[in-house]
Amino acid sequence: MKIDCKHVWQHISAYIDADVDAELRAEIDRHLEHCEICSAVLDSTRNIVVLMADDRIFEIPAGYSERLHRRLDAVLAAEPS
Amino acid sequence: MSRDQLTTEISVQGREATASAIARVLAGESHLFHDLIRPVERAVFVMLYSLLRNETDAEDVAQETFIKIYRNLHSFRGDSKFSTWALSIARNEGLAWLRKRASRPEEPLEPVLEDASGDFTPALLTDWREVPPEALERKELRECLSHAILHLPPIYRDVVQLRDIDELDVQETAGVLGITAGSVKVRLHRARTMLQKELVPKLKAFAPAAKRGWFGRRV
Repeated sequence: MKIDCKHVWQHISAYIDADVDAELRAEIDRHLEHCEICSAVLDSTRNIVVLMADDRIFEIPAGYSERLHRRLDAVLAAEPS
Repeated sequence: MSRDQLTTEISVQGREATASAIARVLAGESHLFHDLIRPVERAVFVMLYSLLRNETDAEDVAQETFIKIYRNLHSFRGDSKFSTWALSIARNEGLAWLRKRASRPEEPLEPVLEDASGDFTPALLTDWREVPPEALERKELRECLSHAILHLPPIYRDVVQLRDIDELDVQETAGVLGITAGSVKVRLHRARTMLQKELVPKLKAFAPAAKRGWFGRRV
């Protein structure tokens, strides 16, 4: 089986998640060795996935936790389990 | 056991530790509820923020979510992780809030029909210089990423939120969203492709400049 670029793009996400079988992975790896475009598509997608997992992207409002636990204290005091 | 020891135990996120903490809260040590929820506070807020796109609303609904979790703690069966259960409740609270505000046209209510006809072709390029995590110190980069995520169609934003931001596995994501594992994978693939297409031209500006060696060649 020899795969083309479109075929590789269809599996980029599964490839990043290590969710492709060994045979397909080997085919994709062979394709990536000589295809600059697919290599760059894979690298850029993986880069974005790594950045998205970073906690800094979504900031939590200052005092969120304190206000939450204060509110819970009031509920816990009124409704002991 | 001291409060600090209990916090450490919960942070390990072992199901047994969580189950024992829940049992103690239910048995009357209700103050331990604070420690139980600390590991999921952030994820619940981010989930609600991405759903409601407003910090004040997200914080209000997060508080209601945790009160609901406290009142329903007896119904947690332990067949999913506590964090997954908490996120499901947060999502339901967020959707209920949106339904109440259904007059807000900018947020289509879910589910949007699965649309296979969209363009899910990635941005094509021949070279990618990695944007390192340190670059996230720059506010413009954080805003660029959060804007792209928040503006995905809801069904795609949901899976990105749970899989790539909260780092739940496929089964847990499927459980929270009430869809199959196969749908999670398809939607995640499309979402990542859309993000790649949208972000590649913008992120190039945040990659470190390539070093030039003798004769102007990149090294």
